Amino acid sequence: MIQVENLTKYYGPHPAIQDVTFQVKKGEVLGFLGPNAAGKTTTMRILTGFMPPTSGTARVAGYDVFADSIEVRRRIGYMPETIPLYPEMAVRDYLGFFAEIRGLDQKDRRVDRAMEICSVGDRADTLIGKLSKGYQQRVGLAQALLHDPEVLILDEPTVGLDPKQIIEVRELIKGLGGERTVILSTHILPEVSQTCNRVVIINEGRVVAEDTTERLTNRLQGAERIFLKVQAPSPRVAALLGKTPGVLSVEPKGDGGFEIECALGSEPRPKLASAVVQAGYGLLELRPVGMSLEEIFLKLTSNEEA
Amino acid sequence: MRNTLAIAKKELNNYFVSPVAYVVTAAFLVLCGLLFSLSLNFYREASMRSIFYNMPIILVLLSPALTMRLLAEESRSGTIELLLTAPVRDWEVVLGKFLGALGLLLAMLALTLLYVVILLAYGNPDRGPLLSGYLGIILLGGATLSIGVLTSSLTQNQIVAAILAFVGLLVLWLSGGVGNFFGGSALGSIFSYLDLTQHYNDFANGLIDSSNVLYYLSLIVACLFLASKSLETRRWS
Repeated sequence: MIQVENLTKYYGPHPAIQDVTFQVKKGEVLGFLGPNAAGKTTTMRILTGFMPPTSGTARVAGYDVFADSIEVRRRIGYMPETIPLYPEMAVRDYLGFFAEIRGLDQKDRRVDRAMEICSVGDRADTLIGKLSKGYQQRVGLAQALLHDPEVLILDEPTVGLDPKQIIEVRELIKGLGGERTVILSTHILPEVSQTCNRVVIINEGRVVAEDTTERLTNRLQGAERIFLKVQAPSPRVAALLGKTPGVLSVEPKGDGGFEIECALGSEPRPKLASAVVQAGYGLLELRPVGMSLEEIFLKLTSNEEA
Repeated sequence: MRNTLAIAKKELNNYFVSPVAYVVTAAFLVLCGLLFSLSLNFYREASMRSIFYNMPIILVLLSPALTMRLLAEESRSGTIELLLTAPVRDWEVVLGKFLGALGLLLAMLALTLLYVVILLAYGNPDRGPLLSGYLGIILLGGATLSIGVLTSSLTQNQIVAAILAFVGLLVLWLSGGVGNFFGGSALGSIFSYLDLTQHYNDFANGLIDSSNVLYYLSLIVACLFLASKSLETRRWS
């Protein structure tokens, strides 16, 4: 649905993004992850036809974002980072205006439906300037959904919302995937694991990783890790654990807890359990430790700097 | 075209939710009313010449107030990003904004038709100059507004947009004087031709000259073209 190839954009002499390449399949929710000023907004602005790239190509639904800009724009719903709203317009009029400039038929029905999806119908006749931030955010989203777009591009859709609103917006976005292709930028990591199928991590204008959320986690681990806790902590426990086949290293975590790194696929948990029990230490806890997206993100973005 | 009209309609509505339209319309009517009643009492003449002759200064003063926010405010508030990513071409945005402002000007002019009604009821005015006078105002007004649209596309600051429009309008106004300074040379005749008001006076006198119509139309087209190019340039920055 979306193909981005070697996209590069310079602001004056400074590259905002360099050689950005990724693909998004139909129906996917792609998380576009990166620290602030990594080039997320620039990439999205190029995709939406707001600005042309310095070099490279991007295609949405087969249309080039520069050469067939109008065709691309018809198919994209876009919510920029700072939601552009006309504060002096009522919600219904605002949405009606965008329905009109998009040349949509059945304007009223579409406006009503977008308001219903984003639950802003109860404020339809309120001036946008008088709405709370959460409502304004949802009005922005309703605007992006008006024309039932194939592709939805959301730049930091949950920024500035309270926790309850964040959950609501995430649920909403999750529900949009499947039929629509969604690109969602964020620097909040749990958002990605909660809403996205796939992740592109971008740092200093370059793509540093692109994969499904699970595969990215696995690939970067390189080894499995297990957390184990015994009742009677003793230095001999570490030695005992270290002798178990498949175990690469043992790191005491205090209070009887140990973090054990072991070779991929060796599955030493049954052996660890029986070793501890036979030695009479009293096994309290034994669980696998996944590397969180947060750790991956830090690892990738700090590796890049080194 | 439909989206151009949607933008025009939105701008026109927008004037009436802000105080701008009311202030400008009130100022316009006060000035026109003064001119009309003074000249009617003084000359006892059933015509609107005093309004027509003074219209250039009124329009130069008031039209930057109507156009300053059109594009400058959109780029300041960031709403330009939605307009320029909607399936609308840059020139359609510019044309829509211009037509919105022109709509307000026409509404203001419609209110002055009251004077025409008074003249027709109590006197026997010459109808030709009335018609040509109004045509002249619409063309001159369109030109002053298009210059304002252009300057509004150049900046994010409404005040800067208004001042630039003033300066642009005054320079065009004075260019006739510059033309005289250069005498009959080619340069002089170019400056004389550019004079904003020289082309207008014939209309006020009841004369519709196609070259004058062409002057205003080309000024409008040129300004709107440059404004849409200026929007396009913003994309590349």
